[in-house]
Amino acid sequence: MNLLLAKTKATLGQRTTQGVKDIGAHLRMKWDDAGVQWMFGGALALLILATIIAAILHRRRRTPQPGKSLSNYIMRVRSWWWMALLVGIATFTNTTISCIVFGVTSFLALREYITITPSHRGDHRTLFWSFFALIPLQYVLIANDLYATFSIMIPVYAFVFISIRSALGGLPEHYLSRVALIQWGLMVFVYFMSHTPAILDLQIKGFEGRNGNLLLFLVLVVELSGVLQFIWDKGIGALKMCPHIDANRTWEGAGMGLATAFLLGSGLFWATPFPWYVAGLMAVAITAAGYSGSIVMTAVLRDRGVHDPDIHLPTRAGIIDRVDALCFAVPVFYHLTRLYFDIAPAAQ
Amino acid sequence: MKGQLAFITRLICGVNARWLDGAPREGRCIYFSNHTSHLDSAVLWSTLPAYVRANTRPVAAQEYWNKNWFRRWLARVFNAILVNRVRVTKEHNPIRILRKVLDEGSSLIVFPEGTRSTDGQIRKFKSGLYHLARDMPELDLIPVYTENLTRILPKGEFLPVPVMSSITFGKAIQYHKDERRDDFLARARQAILDMQPS
Repeated sequence: MNLLLAKTKATLGQRTTQGVKDIGAHLRMKWDDAGVQWMFGGALALLILATIIAAILHRRRRTPQPGKSLSNYIMRVRSWWWMALLVGIATFTNTTISCIVFGVTSFLALREYITITPSHRGDHRTLFWSFFALIPLQYVLIANDLYATFSIMIPVYAFVFISIRSALGGLPEHYLSRVALIQWGLMVFVYFMSHTPAILDLQIKGFEGRNGNLLLFLVLVVELSGVLQFIWDKGIGALKMCPHIDANRTWEGAGMGLATAFLLGSGLFWATPFPWYVAGLMAVAITAAGYSGSIVMTAVLRDRGVHDPDIHLPTRAGIIDRVDALCFAVPVFYHLTRLYFDIAPAAQ
Repeated sequence: MKGQLAFITRLICGVNARWLDGAPREGRCIYFSNHTSHLDSAVLWSTLPAYVRANTRPVAAQEYWNKNWFRRWLARVFNAILVNRVRVTKEHNPIRILRKVLDEGSSLIVFPEGTRSTDGQIRKFKSGLYHLARDMPELDLIPVYTENLTRILPKGEFLPVPVMSSITFGKAIQYHKDERRDDFLARARQAILDMQPS
């Protein structure tokens, strides 16, 4: 373990000094890619447009307080800016810095999740180690590109650790639901999310140094298909998917959302290492996973009685319902990409 | 040092502060709060603006905070007033010490339950708050309700779990002339209970 930390420290130092030396050249190099220019530039243009629309609507409102759908929209635009910042950092810097940024995001999301769930006295130390040891460890493994270890650390070792640590807490009430709840949070907000910087380390022949494109492709497809599904739901939606969890979601919206995701993905194929139809199918897969993530998180929030954003809750940051779609889409995209290019762990 | 400590406390506790009575006040007053964790006074103290914080002193139990160097150091940073809960004599009367501090112009942070509650209930108040309020009826008493801090640092734990917490500063109350002790204490306790989410 000490060796690993020392290694991280060394690579971190090396990469930082290198980065400081020619940060301008580095940024220019990253920007010098048609995929990055069009996708990141396009996303920024769309965001600026969305912000201008929000400002106009806010100015034209009739009531002193913005209405429910307007404040929802403003909140969404704000979270898109955060997302753009995160992805921008990941695209324009390196894996180490991305790992730090996404590690902090994991920390904040897990914190919000644990806050709204009924954590128990007997899990205190389990939770302490989850926050301050398991999250950093997972991202250290990612930063060092240790695929064989990071892909099983939380499903295997953390599973064992959490189960036994909570048992040693000595309080048997609700034991099973308590450990299941902690494991679930770690899987979604740490394990799933940590695959985002891992995408930058995928080694694809003939696509070296352009992995930022994959990340931009993923996030653009997830976020835009979320908007598209919303529009389809409002436009032609009739048959509700799960009215007791989310009354807005319909099968028509989801179906048309997947279809438009295919068009979107295949339209962006030139920026990816895939042929057009594979890019389209990838977009369908990550869109389906992203939809699932949003519905699942709505179910979680509804279970905890905090779905309505109007309820004043000081202990709510609104992070987890912004990263839900991404969290579920990232590992699917990561592994499908590996599968498609037949990247074996030994090949690294 | 104090600024950093306040910042770290706010960061770890993810604390969200609300002032029901508008902005924090500059003048002398007594903050009285429910007590669930050692973090209570730290969080209350760290959410006050720096200029108010400089003149606000938590009241804490001597036998606990004098035990080792770390606790003594913390008590000194927070500028805590250590009072003896166990042996109260005429010469060592905590109320007299607190009155003296108030007379010097400082504000106080007190926990009228006397000890940390572990079951989420707010206990019956001890009479110290009543004596202070009766002696200085012009003084504003500000009820404070903290939430979730016991999950961050429960009784008997040393390492924090950084869930988010909240702190609410309520509308000030004052001692009414000729108010009976139990009535006043029940009213003060109710002011905190009123801030609990239903």
